Amino acid sequence: MHSADLVGRKGPSGRQPPASRGRRWVMLAVAILTMQILAAPVKAVQPDEMLSDPSLETRARVLSRSLRCMVCQNQSIDDSDAPLARDLRILVRERLQAGDNDQQVLDFLTARYGEFVLLRPRLAWHTAMLWFAPPTVLLAGALGVLLIARRRRRTLLSGTAPETIELTGNEQARLAELLERRQ
Amino acid sequence: MIAELGHYALVLALGLALIQSAVPLWGVRARDPVLMGVAGPTAIAQFALVALSFAALTWCHVVSDFSLVSVFENSHSAKPLIYKITGVWGNHEGSMLLWVLILSLFGALVALFGNNLPATLRTNALSVQAVIASAFYLFILITSNPFARIDQPPFEGRDLNPILQDPGLAIHPPLLYLGYVGFSITFSFAIAALIEGRIDAAWARWVRPWSLTAWVFLTLGIAMGSYWSYYTLGWGGWWFWDPVENASLMPWLAGTALLHSAAVMEKRNALKLWTLLLAILTFSLSLLGTFLVRSGVLTSVHTFANDPARGVFILAILVIFIGGAFALYAWRVPRLTPGGLFAPISREGALVVNNLLLTTACATVFTGTLYPLLLEAVTGEKISVGPPFFNATFGPLFVPLLILMPFGPLLAWKRGDLYGAAQRLVGAYGLFVIGLAAAFAVESRGPVLAPFGVGLALFVMGGALTDLAERTSLFRIPLSSAFRRAKGLPRSAWGTAMAHFGLGLTLLGIIGETQWGAERIAAIKPGETLSIRHYDVSFDGMVPRQGPNYREFVGKFTVRRVGEVIGTMEPSRRSFPVRGMTRSEAALMTRGASQLYLSLGDTNPDGTTTVRLYHKPLVLLIWIGALVMAAGGVFSLIDRRLRVGAPMPAKNRAMLQPAE
Repeated sequence: MHSADLVGRKGPSGRQPPASRGRRWVMLAVAILTMQILAAPVKAVQPDEMLSDPSLETRARVLSRSLRCMVCQNQSIDDSDAPLARDLRILVRERLQAGDNDQQVLDFLTARYGEFVLLRPRLAWHTAMLWFAPPTVLLAGALGVLLIARRRRRTLLSGTAPETIELTGNEQARLAELLERRQ
Repeated sequence: MIAELGHYALVLALGLALIQSAVPLWGVRARDPVLMGVAGPTAIAQFALVALSFAALTWCHVVSDFSLVSVFENSHSAKPLIYKITGVWGNHEGSMLLWVLILSLFGALVALFGNNLPATLRTNALSVQAVIASAFYLFILITSNPFARIDQPPFEGRDLNPILQDPGLAIHPPLLYLGYVGFSITFSFAIAALIEGRIDAAWARWVRPWSLTAWVFLTLGIAMGSYWSYYTLGWGGWWFWDPVENASLMPWLAGTALLHSAAVMEKRNALKLWTLLLAILTFSLSLLGTFLVRSGVLTSVHTFANDPARGVFILAILVIFIGGAFALYAWRVPRLTPGGLFAPISREGALVVNNLLLTTACATVFTGTLYPLLLEAVTGEKISVGPPFFNATFGPLFVPLLILMPFGPLLAWKRGDLYGAAQRLVGAYGLFVIGLAAAFAVESRGPVLAPFGVGLALFVMGGALTDLAERTSLFRIPLSSAFRRAKGLPRSAWGTAMAHFGLGLTLLGIIGETQWGAERIAAIKPGETLSIRHYDVSFDGMVPRQGPNYREFVGKFTVRRVGEVIGTMEPSRRSFPVRGMTRSEAALMTRGASQLYLSLGDTNPDGTTTVRLYHKPLVLLIWIGALVMAAGGVFSLIDRRLRVGAPMPAKNRAMLQPAE
C-alpha cells in the first residue's frame, strides 16, 4: 500500500509554480462550477499550497494564523475558505521563499492591505489604550484595594468606626424576644 | 390563527410585565401587602403567556407554516423534525423569543420558590425583573416580531442554514441563554437591595443559588458551543476569541468573580459593595453580549449604521439599564455600610486577588472586543484584534490565578497562615514535578513551556484534592473516620474542590491539544494511507448517500494502530440543494481522552481527495473539565444551607434543647 505522508514533507513534489492571474481565474471558475456538486467548506490550507521545506511551511502556518482574512468575519487566513485567504496564503509563502523574514512578510502585507490584516495589532499611539488596558486595570485595581484597606483600617483604629447597622423595629422586637427566651 | 394567538399572548405578557413593574413596587412604598402580592401571580402568568407564545411559534415551525416570515426564511418542509423545532431559535426573531422565555422563567421561579426571601426584597426584585422583561417584549414586538405574516404565502421555505442543522443547535443556545439571562435575577436582586438601601450577609445567601444556577448553565453553554464548533468546522478549532464567543465569556468571568465574592459576603459580611457591583456588572455584560450579537454591529460598524432599528433599540435598553443601575448604585452606596475587616493573608484576601485577576481578565476581553469598534467609529481606522492579542494578554493573567488557586481554600477566614498552607500543598508540588517530568519524558519535542503547563494543571488538580484531604483529615485519622468526615462535609466544599479540579482538567486538555496536536493535510487516492503518530488511516473510497434534505459523499477510512485494525471513520461532505450550500461532517475517533479527527476537502480533477487528519491529544479534557466544573456548581447548589432558608434547621434545634 502506498503511503502519502504529509505533503509538505514528502508528497507531490513541492508547490506548483505561482499560477498566472488568468489561470488562477480559470481555476476559480472551475471551483465555483463544481461547488454545486462536490465542493466542501473545508478548503482552508490546500496541499498544493504547501511548501516542500518543512521549516518554511511551519513559519508560513504560524504567520497565517496571525493574518486576517479581510473578507471574512474574524477568521485568520489559515482557517478561512475564502479565495482571498488562499491568495494571501500563497503570497505569504512566496515572500518566505523569496527570503523575507517574518517581520518583513508582515510589513509587506500591512503596506499592501493596511493594518486591518494584522490579528495582533501593532503597538502604536492609536493602539496604546488597547495594549495598556490590562496592566492598567490590574495596577489600578490593586492600588484601589490597598488604599481602601488602609483607609478602613485607619478609621477603625482611630475609633471613628462607621456607624453600626441600625436594626429595624421588627428585628429589635425579635432580638428582645430571643434574649428573653434564653434567660 | 395559531400565530395570532402567539402574538396576542406576547402582547398580553407585555401588559402583565408593565403591571408587574409598577404595582408591586408601589406596594412596597405604600406598605400594602395586597399590591405587593400582585408580583408573584403576574410573574407566573407572564411566564405562562410567553411559553404559550413560544409554543405557538414552535407549532408554526413544525407544521411548516410558510405564511410566517421567520418560518419561510428559516425552514423547509423536508427538514427533519428535530431541526424544525430547534430552528425556532436558529434565527434572530426566534432566539429573542427564547431569550424572553428564559427571562420570564426565572421570574416565575423566584415567584414560586422565593418563599424564604423577605417579602420586600422579593417584590422589588420581581418588579425589576418585569422592567427588563417589558423592555425586551417591546423590542420583539416592535423590531423583531416572529409572528409577522407574508401577504402571499409561498409553498416552500428557504431552509435553515445547514451549519445550524446540527444537534448542537438543540442544546447550545438554550443552555447559553439559561446562563446569560439567568444572571438577570442577580441583577434584579442587586437593584432591589439598592432600592431598599439595605444589604447584609443574608442577601448573599439568598442570591447565591440563583447566581450559581446561572453560572452552571453558562459554563455548560460555553463548553457546548466550543465542542460544537470543534466538530463542525472541519479542522478542530474550539476557541477563536471571536466577539460572539467573547460576549459569552465576559459574563462568565464576571459571574465567576461574583460567586467568589458572594462567598466572602455570606461568610464574613465583607466585600458587600463590591459584590453588589459585580452582580450589576455581570448582567450588564450579558446585555452587552446580546447587543453585540443581535445588532449586527460586529459585521461592520457601517451595516449597523445603515439598518439601525434593532441595534439602536438594544443600545437604548443597554444604556438605560446599565446607566440606571450604576446611577442608583452611586446614589445609594454612601448609605450602605461596609463590612468586616480581614488580614491581607486570609481566605478573604485570596478571594480579593481572585476577583482582581478575574475582573482584569474580563476587562481585557472587553477592551479587545470593543476597541476596534470604538476606534473605527471615532477615527475611521480599521484594526483587527484577534487570537494573538488575547493569548498574549489573557494568558499572563490566568497563570498567576491558577498558581494561587490551590492556596486560597487552605487559608483560614480572617487571618490565614500562608506558610502552613504552602506546607500542606506538598502533595500538589509533587504532582507538579511528576507532570513536568512525565511531559518531558513522553514528548521531548514540542514547546519548552508546555511541560510546565502540564505541571501547573496537575498542581491545580492536586490543590483541589489537598483541600478535600485537609477537610477530611485524610491520612491523619483512620480511613473509616475520614470517610465519615467526607460524607459530612458540606456539599459546597465538595463543589469548590470539584470546580477547581475541573479547571485543572480543562487546562490539561488545552495544553495537550495546542502544544502536541499533529496535523496531516494531503490529497490522496483510494487505497493510499496517511500516517499520524501511531495511527495509519487508509482511504477505502467514496460512497454517495441520500439524506432527508441533503445528499452526501461519505469517505470510507480504516484506522490501524501498529498494523491492527481498530475501527473505521466516515467523514462526509453534505450538500443542501435548497440553499446551494455544502458542509463537511468530520469523523471523530475517541482514544481515551484523545481524538483522531478526519475531515474531507475537495475531490480534485486528478481523482485525489483532499483530506485533513488531526491527532488531538487530551482534547476531550477541555470539555470534561467544564462538565466537572458545572458538576461542582450543582453540588454547591444542593448544599444544605442553600436548600434550607433558615440558618438553623428546626430539627437540630429540637435536639439541642434537652442538653441545656
